[in-house]
Amino acid sequence: MKKLSLLLVSCAFALVGAGCTSSSSSSAESTGAGTTAADTTAAEDTTAGDDAEDTTAADDEADTSEASDDAAEGVMSYAEYAAADLDTEVTIEAYVQAKQSWWEDKATVYAQDEDGAYFLYNMACSQEDYEKLTQGTKIRVTGYKAEWSGEVEIIDATFEIIEGSYIAEAKDVTDLLASDELIDYQNQFVSFKGMTVEAAGQDEEGNDVAFLYSWDGSGQDGDDLYFNVSKDGETYTFTVESYLCDSTTDVYAAVKALEIGDVIDMEGFLYWYEGVNPHITSVTAAE
Amino acid sequence: MSSRGKSIKSCFLGVFFTAASLFLLTACHGSQEQNVFEPPEEFDTSENYEITFWAKNDTNKTHTAIYEQAIEDFQELYPNITVNLRLYTDYGKIYNDVITNISTNTTPNVCVTYPDHIATYLTGSNLVVPLDDLFTDEQYGLGGSEVRFDAPSLEEIIPKFLEECRIDGHYYALPYMRSTEACYINKTYVEALGYTLPETLTWDFIWEVSEAAMAQDEEGNFLINGQKVMIPFIYKSTDNMMIQMLKQLGAGYSTDSGEILLFNDTTKELLYTIAEHGATRAFSTFKISSYPANFLNAGQCIFAIDSTAGATWMGTDAPLSDISEDKIVEFETVVMPIPQFDADNPQMISQGPSVCIFNKEDSQEVLASWLFVQYLLTNDVQIAYSQTEGYVPVTTKAQESAEYQDYLARSGEDNSTYYEVKLQAAKLLLDNVDNTFVTPVFNGSASLRDAAGQLIENTVKSVRRNQTVDEDYMESLFQEVISLYRLDQMDTQGTGSGGKTDLGPLPRTSVILLCALAGAWVCILAYLMVQAVRKKRNAG
Repeated sequence: MKKLSLLLVSCAFALVGAGCTSSSSSSAESTGAGTTAADTTAAEDTTAGDDAEDTTAADDEADTSEASDDAAEGVMSYAEYAAADLDTEVTIEAYVQAKQSWWEDKATVYAQDEDGAYFLYNMACSQEDYEKLTQGTKIRVTGYKAEWSGEVEIIDATFEIIEGSYIAEAKDVTDLLASDELIDYQNQFVSFKGMTVEAAGQDEEGNDVAFLYSWDGSGQDGDDLYFNVSKDGETYTFTVESYLCDSTTDVYAAVKALEIGDVIDMEGFLYWYEGVNPHITSVTAAE
Repeated sequence: MSSRGKSIKSCFLGVFFTAASLFLLTACHGSQEQNVFEPPEEFDTSENYEITFWAKNDTNKTHTAIYEQAIEDFQELYPNITVNLRLYTDYGKIYNDVITNISTNTTPNVCVTYPDHIATYLTGSNLVVPLDDLFTDEQYGLGGSEVRFDAPSLEEIIPKFLEECRIDGHYYALPYMRSTEACYINKTYVEALGYTLPETLTWDFIWEVSEAAMAQDEEGNFLINGQKVMIPFIYKSTDNMMIQMLKQLGAGYSTDSGEILLFNDTTKELLYTIAEHGATRAFSTFKISSYPANFLNAGQCIFAIDSTAGATWMGTDAPLSDISEDKIVEFETVVMPIPQFDADNPQMISQGPSVCIFNKEDSQEVLASWLFVQYLLTNDVQIAYSQTEGYVPVTTKAQESAEYQDYLARSGEDNSTYYEVKLQAAKLLLDNVDNTFVTPVFNGSASLRDAAGQLIENTVKSVRRNQTVDEDYMESLFQEVISLYRLDQMDTQGTGSGGKTDLGPLPRTSVILLCALAGAWVCILAYLMVQAVRKKRNAG
């Protein structure tokens, strides 16, 4: 009897276990279905009239080459993009230079070609495709030109990966910092040479500090870093954007180690927020 | 300096987590089930307790300093309690992190939150501590005999604010600060356009003045400011905009039980009006253009609607600014309640942080958390924090104190602590507490709120892109937003803790397995009964 009881009880527990597994699968399926629905919505939202299939990056070489063949059709040069009105639909081809963030099928990316740069904000992108967006990857992007606090960007965009690769050299814009010409290089990978670290603010004891967590020092380790650098008597605020370069990166550590008076070289992307606000990706002692 | 990236990102996080939480917290809550919290009879001062406090600091270092000071003062009173502060810059991120940490039992002890968020947390079993019994505990309750500081009594918490923290008949939070929205107005430009501000601002007035401000010269400069940029009307939180418009018109948004009424004809009519002014560029939003304060202070906006808790960024003499000094324009700033449809029956939203406590295995740890939460309602903390922005304290004890009354009386003495615009914003709420409302709270109400704003954002974007906004568009928009926020997957009758998501009928495999399970137990019981009968017979 004991054996039979044990067998029956074992069967019961096995069934319970199987039920839990099955239940988990159901949950996953439900979640997956929901995600797909949201994806479709996002795609429809971003490019009215476009086929949803166009929103996903090409999965195989055939698709990629086919995409490349008709590349010229409707694709703007950088000059045409720059001349386009805000809120108009734009299609460009450019090369990924850096990825800032991805969440819930939205990617924010710095892209550039030989003529100019683009900030692709919250572009529809699966996590799988995001992994494919390595530095230099060529993409064709369709979205809407927009401006937010001075930052010109492409929003509500979709993209596909196409053939080609290009990694931009940092353009030295140090001498352009005080000029109106600087904005022509917006979003480009740039460098700044021989700039002097100035006080960014004061600590609780009133001592000058070389950097702040968040813009006014209200943040904590892991938040954006703000620091001031000067050249020719003008002081500028630069940022280590924590989504672009988090607290584990060399540049984050380098900025935390800055001392007032240090003379440094920097590289980064020429972001704009109510004026120039470079997102710095590397800091080294001036050569 | 502020950054859009963080806040917009949180919006998407919110969409994801709210939807995900419907599954995680209901289907799988058993894995992190807590026991019901039972208040201990006495607080054990012989043991050390470490609690975590997740707070929002509005990217304002004074907020950070106040939290740090409060913790230091509290720890002096309770040397066996250590409070670890973790700061966030938006509520959405706190919400997302809490949900992420529920599955690993690593929620904070105390966190700043909104009731909408608590409603989602409540779908897990005993995750959030109901405070009803703690309120009235003679020793450790509000103003209790064993509390080592001058805490407010229950009666001293503004009833309307306290009521906002009641979900499904229980209090799950304490209000911490309260604010509403205000319209920050460039009065100089309004009058230059030939208008006089009415006693009560109306939507019609704002639309009319905004369109009048769009006149340009041949070179494209706006006549009112001589600049190339002018967005007369900018709204920061479009979810609030839609919610308040609907409330003022008596139109549907949701029922108390969680039935969604947002997608109605009045909503469409409102969107048509918004589309009209979005198309002329007389109206825009934070998400589309930027912070209203930046445009207002640069003389590029006339009506900037933002929280009263954003008052220190508003006006020519604002103590905080994201734009360079050379861009700031001189003008007279007036602070008024948000525009109304019915001037005789003004209605505006009540918002602002509340504080909730997460349940833990050790009831002493929970009690330590409760003591800290009470400390946040003391006059020292309440008054100091309220002075950082256009917040108001949530207790009559603080509001009626000589210190706070003195603060209010000194409006305009300087452009920092007594900055006039900030004090006008605080007084606006103090004068209108009875005109405030909150939206029903239920599991999914946070998503519904996001959806309300998304309708406006999408409509304005569409007209800026010269897309046709007509009935077909509206139908499509409604479906799109319902799908995006998964509103069609919500249990519309579910409320608060009782509201479990309807996951639909059980899958066929589950039904078969459950039947098999039941069958197995029937066999076991039948076998045991047969054996028992045989044994009895044999014994007989």
